[in-house]
Amino acid sequence: MARRNREIGKAGWGYTALTGIVGLVYFFPVLWIILTAFKTRTDALAVPPKFIFTPTFDNFISVFYRASITTGSDQATNMGLYFFNSIFIAGTAVILALIVGTLAAYAFSRYPLRGNDTYLFIILTTRMMPPIVVIIPIFLMFRLSGLSGTYWGIILLYTAFNIPFSVWLVKSFFDELNPEIEDAARMDGATERRVFFGMCIPQILAGLAATFVFGLILTWNEFLFALLLTGVETRTVPVAMARTLGGEVGVDYGLLAAIVTLFLIPIFFVTFLLQNQLLRGVTFGTVKK
Amino acid sequence: MSIVAAENTGFWAWLMAPKRRGALLVTPAIAILFVMNIFPLLWSFGLSFFNFRANRLNVPTFQGLENYQRVLVDEKVWERFQTTALIVGSSVMLQLIFGFLLALMFAKSFPLRRIVLMLVLTPMMLSFVSVGVFFKLFYEPTFGIVSHVLNEFSSEPFVMLGSPGGAIAGIVIADAWMWSPFVMLLVLAGLVSVPKYLYEAAEIDRASPWRRFWTITFPYIKSLLLLAILFRTIETFKLFDIVYIITEGGPGSSTETIAVYLYRIAFQFFRTSQSSALAYIVLFVVIVLTNLYLYAVNRRESEVG
Repeated sequence: MARRNREIGKAGWGYTALTGIVGLVYFFPVLWIILTAFKTRTDALAVPPKFIFTPTFDNFISVFYRASITTGSDQATNMGLYFFNSIFIAGTAVILALIVGTLAAYAFSRYPLRGNDTYLFIILTTRMMPPIVVIIPIFLMFRLSGLSGTYWGIILLYTAFNIPFSVWLVKSFFDELNPEIEDAARMDGATERRVFFGMCIPQILAGLAATFVFGLILTWNEFLFALLLTGVETRTVPVAMARTLGGEVGVDYGLLAAIVTLFLIPIFFVTFLLQNQLLRGVTFGTVKK
Repeated sequence: MSIVAAENTGFWAWLMAPKRRGALLVTPAIAILFVMNIFPLLWSFGLSFFNFRANRLNVPTFQGLENYQRVLVDEKVWERFQTTALIVGSSVMLQLIFGFLLALMFAKSFPLRRIVLMLVLTPMMLSFVSVGVFFKLFYEPTFGIVSHVLNEFSSEPFVMLGSPGGAIAGIVIADAWMWSPFVMLLVLAGLVSVPKYLYEAAEIDRASPWRRFWTITFPYIKSLLLLAILFRTIETFKLFDIVYIITEGGPGSSTETIAVYLYRIAFQFFRTSQSSALAYIVLFVVIVLTNLYLYAVNRRESEVG
């Protein structure tokens, strides 16, 4: 099969300059947040807003080490732990959903059962519903079962949120493969395990990467459930971010901006590395190679 | 068909039989979904027929359909639905326009494309909390940069969130800014899937750019656009965090979306059962939208085939 050209045309550096300007305009609010992270409290709320200022790293220091409300003296915050929690919880949940979802997707693609479409529809509906529908039962359930505030509780919940998309996406990648080649391999004595791990999986690696990025972006910033279901030890960054908002002196924009900036770095690099795969991901894998 | 099953005996062999393989592979996914999603969903369905209040201890009594009746005759619910429709409609429209224009821009290959593309994709990776807080700051009459720029052009001080229209615009802009890149990715995927030879043929026929767009490009992105509309509609329908942070539903209740209203009933008034009933009505709307969405996905699949 001839590989289609990915782009309509080619353009030179002049075009880069043009798109760069549009890109920077679009990026401006993010840029402003990043600039705010380097401002002092006075600069952050200067009238008129300041573009030129003496940068300070104080906000980044206060992310990890700042005056406590109760004692007044400087002490270490748990932000390091919260960053670890966010990466650990989102990462584990997305990978777990990918594994479980890939198995299910393989079954839906290769072993058609009666009522397959109904199952697939129910699976998708669970993702489409407003989270507020289930938040009270889940809250009660977590409290009764002791899952509240544990890593496993929130990881399993996020896994459940990611399964629908994982199943749908990965299924469409499996559907693109040619089952006849797999049958031929079976005739030659290949085991089921070998067909699955040796033939199918290597062919859809790009698709799996897409599913991973897509899931990670959607899980990374989840707030509502994290707020209700994580404890002091398992708190994620979005919740910690929201907790800096309260206080008598108003929002500390510099501090918040510093947290936002730091929190953006990991997801930014993962997306950058897997950018080409993401393109396939968002279309439910309907775009052919 | 299977060699694995032959190696084992007893329960293991029964479990591993080829005819059960499909079901076996699906089981972990269904099990997790059942515990974390479907079971709570059924629980709240049950709650919607009682008069349970999460902040009281008394035993809830059965009320039948009373909660549904109360929600359906509640004028506020219909107002909130209208507000939601207005926000969803204008936000999705903006996302389509910007997403489409951005996609056209990135459909070419050019030096540093990967890096410039990242500038546009970043808004999607920000948390709702931070987008909410900082857009609120941008709109702020004294310190905000938006107000600062606009005050250059008019003598009246600009108060974005002061009027219902301005507040809705403020939310719509923040949401559309955040999610236009998503629409862009979808449209871009459609654009790059157009076979190049069609353009070459059009070149030979000397078709005008306008005609080239409608006869070649548009058919390839048509159903992806539909996908984008439906997907974003469903997601924007659930919009909560940004609204809650930027306007808290105000001024008055002019920006209170159905999700914010649901939150208020459930967590401020603690009418848990009534909120469940309303949630189910919302779910019904979402299921209808999901069906339309699937229809679009299937159409896309049969077209590209």
